[in-house]
Amino acid sequence: MRIGVLAIQGDVREHILHTEKAGAEALPVRMARDLDNTQGLIIPGGESTTIGMLMAEYGIIDAIKERAADGRYPIYGTCAGMILLADKVVGLSPARLALMDMAVSRNAYGRQIASFEVNLSIDVLGAEPFPAVFIRAPKIVQWGSSITPLAWYEKELVMAESGPYLISSFHPEMSPDVRIHQYFLEKVRQAAALVDAS
Amino acid sequence: MQEQRGTYNVKSGLAEMLKGGVIMDVTTPEQAAIAEKAGAVAVMALERVPADIRKAGGVARMADPRIVQSIQEAVSIPVMAKVRIGHFVEAQVLEALEVDYIDESEVLTPADDQYHIDKWQFNIPFVCGARDLGEALRRIAEGAAMIRTKGEPGTGNVVEAVRHLRQVNSEIRHVVATPEAELADLAKELRAPLELVKQVKELGRLPVVNFSAGGVATAADAALMMQLGADGIFVGSGVFKSQNPEKTARAIVRATLHYNAPKVIAEVSKDVGEAMPGLEMATLAPKDRMQDRGI
Repeated sequence: MRIGVLAIQGDVREHILHTEKAGAEALPVRMARDLDNTQGLIIPGGESTTIGMLMAEYGIIDAIKERAADGRYPIYGTCAGMILLADKVVGLSPARLALMDMAVSRNAYGRQIASFEVNLSIDVLGAEPFPAVFIRAPKIVQWGSSITPLAWYEKELVMAESGPYLISSFHPEMSPDVRIHQYFLEKVRQAAALVDAS
Repeated sequence: MQEQRGTYNVKSGLAEMLKGGVIMDVTTPEQAAIAEKAGAVAVMALERVPADIRKAGGVARMADPRIVQSIQEAVSIPVMAKVRIGHFVEAQVLEALEVDYIDESEVLTPADDQYHIDKWQFNIPFVCGARDLGEALRRIAEGAAMIRTKGEPGTGNVVEAVRHLRQVNSEIRHVVATPEAELADLAKELRAPLELVKQVKELGRLPVVNFSAGGVATAADAALMMQLGADGIFVGSGVFKSQNPEKTARAIVRATLHYNAPKVIAEVSKDVGEAMPGLEMATLAPKDRMQDRGI
């Protein structure tokens, strides 16, 4: 199984290492053609304005949307990646994929001084709490019925999925725990099985 | 568990998010907006860019808080600001202003000729300059969560940036090749804590993100530093001292992303106008060399 990690900017290396540890091959995606032969995509943390702008300029937004059109191309977005998957963004709104029915607010927890880490309980991962790192994190301020909540922190939705798409406002790649990456790989496996069956 | 702020993970984490990006010096909200629009991942709020600090002479200090705040209001990307080496009160002021990163910088006139700031006392992360591995590890030991090789600020001449990055990388290769039993001796030689030297051997790189700074003036300069192994680029005077800041900023951002694609670098380098005027190192008197401050 081959997973692309969008390598425009941000903590690409950490996502590649986590994906490999979780048991798949990981390839950096800098150009649209790098998406070929990938069965899923991870969009890392970074600056969403920068990543979105450069994705649009180099034709990567269109290429991903085309690939995602049949609903069988799983994408996992962390932090900036989550912003790029959202339909709506409050305030300055970067170019993006807009594949999920939700509105997000950038840097909604505040500036860097308000960045934090905390252990979250996430049911789909089992009983063991997950060490979550929030860095200038966005908030999901509104979402539609297609969104399934997966984790909460202080009444804020911080992790969710919708069809083949997975998002978290925190960074699982900043801690040694690879369970969320394993969870995403399972989604990719299921999507691949659907493709094979059709 | 309660949420924890200001942890080293959270501090170095923001630097990880900036990787592959360009951080630009700006002195007004208008410049900050130009930088953000060109694709900068962060801006450094300053009263003067390094080339003008050089020209002005005298003592260079932390920027007026009003300038910092007006820039914070103008952009949504992280805002950094500089303090004098060792001036922990300037750092307290910037923490109170909630800047996202503090640069304890040799570009400003040092306030302490012996000690750097004890950066562990702060919840805001720090970036510090270094010319070699020992210097980088000493700064990390003091709590820096990000390093930038120093280069020679305000010159528009990339030669010192290249020298410093090559120096750090060659010393890292030396550490990796050194047997465990000889590491303590090597740490002494580097004047760096053994624990950090061990970490460098294990990782084969610095334990934190390392950007390149001090002399990048063109798209090709930025790609050069990326090919030499920098995690990202600081551009000081290079953008707003060029003939066409918008185009220069855009070109540097795109060359930093596609640093291994000469055709892209050629494309983005077309018609950007003149780069900032440069300075030859031999014309700098020893007292004007900023890189020798705070080592």
